[in-house]
Amino acid sequence: MDYATAFELQRRLVVERQQGLIPDHLLLVEHPHVVTLGRNGHRENLLASDEILERAGVEFHPTDRGGDITYHGPGQLVGYPILDLREWKRDVAAYVRAIEEVIIDTLADFGIAAGRIPKLTGVWVDGRKIAAIGVHISRWVTSHGFALNVSTDLSYFEYIVPCGLTKPVTSMAALGVRATLEDVGYVLAAHFGRVFDCQMPLTAPARAGARKEEVI
Amino acid sequence: MTDVVMPQMGESIVEGTLTKWLKKPGDRVERDEPLFEISTDKVDTEIPSPAAGTLSEVMVEEGKTVGINTVVARIEENGGAPAAAKPPAQAAQPAAATSPEPEPEPVVEAAEEAAPAPPAAEEPAPAAEPAGPLSPLVRKLAREHNLDLSRVTGTGAGGRITKQDVEGYLAARPAAAAEPVRPPAPPPVAPAPRIAATPAPAPLAPAGPAKTRVEPLSTMRIKIAEHMVLSKRTSAHVTTIHRVDMTAVAKMRERNKAAFQANYGFNLTYLPFVTRAAVVALRQFPLLNASLDGNNIIYHNEINIGIAVALENGLIVPVIRGADEKNVLGLQRAVVDLAARARSRQLKPDEVLGGTFSITNFGSFGSLVGTPIINQPQVAILGVGTVDKTPVVINDAIAIRSICHLSLSFDHRLIDGALADQFMSKLKQVLEGWTEEVQ
Repeated sequence: MDYATAFELQRRLVVERQQGLIPDHLLLVEHPHVVTLGRNGHRENLLASDEILERAGVEFHPTDRGGDITYHGPGQLVGYPILDLREWKRDVAAYVRAIEEVIIDTLADFGIAAGRIPKLTGVWVDGRKIAAIGVHISRWVTSHGFALNVSTDLSYFEYIVPCGLTKPVTSMAALGVRATLEDVGYVLAAHFGRVFDCQMPLTAPARAGARKEEVI
Repeated sequence: MTDVVMPQMGESIVEGTLTKWLKKPGDRVERDEPLFEISTDKVDTEIPSPAAGTLSEVMVEEGKTVGINTVVARIEENGGAPAAAKPPAQAAQPAAATSPEPEPEPVVEAAEEAAPAPPAAEEPAPAAEPAGPLSPLVRKLAREHNLDLSRVTGTGAGGRITKQDVEGYLAARPAAAAEPVRPPAPPPVAPAPRIAATPAPAPLAPAGPAKTRVEPLSTMRIKIAEHMVLSKRTSAHVTTIHRVDMTAVAKMRERNKAAFQANYGFNLTYLPFVTRAAVVALRQFPLLNASLDGNNIIYHNEINIGIAVALENGLIVPVIRGADEKNVLGLQRAVVDLAARARSRQLKPDEVLGGTFSITNFGSFGSLVGTPIINQPQVAILGVGTVDKTPVVINDAIAIRSICHLSLSFDHRLIDGALADQFMSKLKQVLEGWTEEVQ
């Protein structure tokens, strides 16, 4: 799904969620090559010129999430949770930590020991970033989310300074794990259900699949 | 007139950066209409207006970081004539008087989400700070270069110090000449030492990008560091390691795992089994449950077991009181409860005091064997390694058993090796011949 379509879909779901018309959602998508820049991002972290990007078939898209610049593309599992945090913890920091936990637990199931680096939001394996996080919140409803490198062609990150950090990136494939986006998506969705349900005692015990909409 | 304040976006968040005003002074705003945007960590949030009316005054300019509950704007409800917008920088001092800053939690993770200094601390000391407002960029530059701004001559409007002034000053400083200005980092920035209080020493690296980064220790880290060194200095640490066959425990655990999850909603791990076995051994060898006070031995009649809990930025050891009165179920419940509350920073102060013996379960992180440091004033600590299926020789045949290495660090001032190993043998015997029901 291209970035603009996913962006529009999110926007629609956020409005419906704010109005209480729909329950929480988790969108899991794969984008064609695109570089996106957060609201507080710095254009200078885009290292490649517009022409180079165009020649490489990479779109450029300013967007309204937190965080700096990042790349999305084939082989990357992108998740957009549309959650009303008022029904969770009303805590954006806890929300980001919970997203990290979901990804860390997912990677653990594939035998990858991933973790956090204090003050550097995201999920890291041996000092390399495997998943990026950038969130937008409007009236406690979340949008945007995370991007987990499953079999991403990491050379595309050379066009940018990911999130403004000069730290290397990695992927599950680069760590020797062969998995499809679907495989990872199912495992991740199960962890997502667990992490967010068990923290939400008021929610009826939903099965892992009940609150997600997969559009891979 | 309604005050618009920086909202609290979460328990550990003490401040936020106002990134964008969506309305200008004088604009009409509806209740719940997005008014401004803030940024905390990697999260951007639109903040809706608390009231309908006219945005009469904007007190915090874009790019400023202020504490929660700081008044950032005022809204005139009856649509009265808006006061002329004050220059934001001048009015930008956080309204500390009207809304006292909540004390950041001293313990866990407080420094994680945001720089710990509440806005009041950013208020410059009058003597060292030059007159006139400072832009966030100038403050940031000064912080990065550890620069005393009172030495910089401002050339901007009203003697205001501009970015060019700082850069000019830096260029004139010989040692700093080659240090490039680092590109702006995304928030949160590392807590920086207070500029006004520290005279500027010459930067260490004269050329190239900064090779080091200075960050003050969190309160918790300082406490941990002091405690660890104190313990090493106090006790004569010796560690003994025993290999324990956990197969009987593993079977018991397998049998009850599903029931635990279904009945109590938590997992059954190896830790409560080890804790229970330690209690039995401590009863038999009370010297391991004692403390040393000068030339006196203090025997504790209660068995209160500290369980080390890893936190994102540190470690805390909450205590299971009366551990000898609990079965495996009770111990597991206590472990789950204490660990969860330790991680969400909801432990009460007395819940980390009064331990008589400690257990640290580094096996959960994959460690085979460790040599833990004694938790003073206790005299011994038990380390639990991973439980792995391992080929072992039993009666000259090779069998697959669940093997775990237990290590005991003890204070040789009070406990000799023979006693420590008797204690460990007892523990091993309980675990290897496990029969006790768990619930």
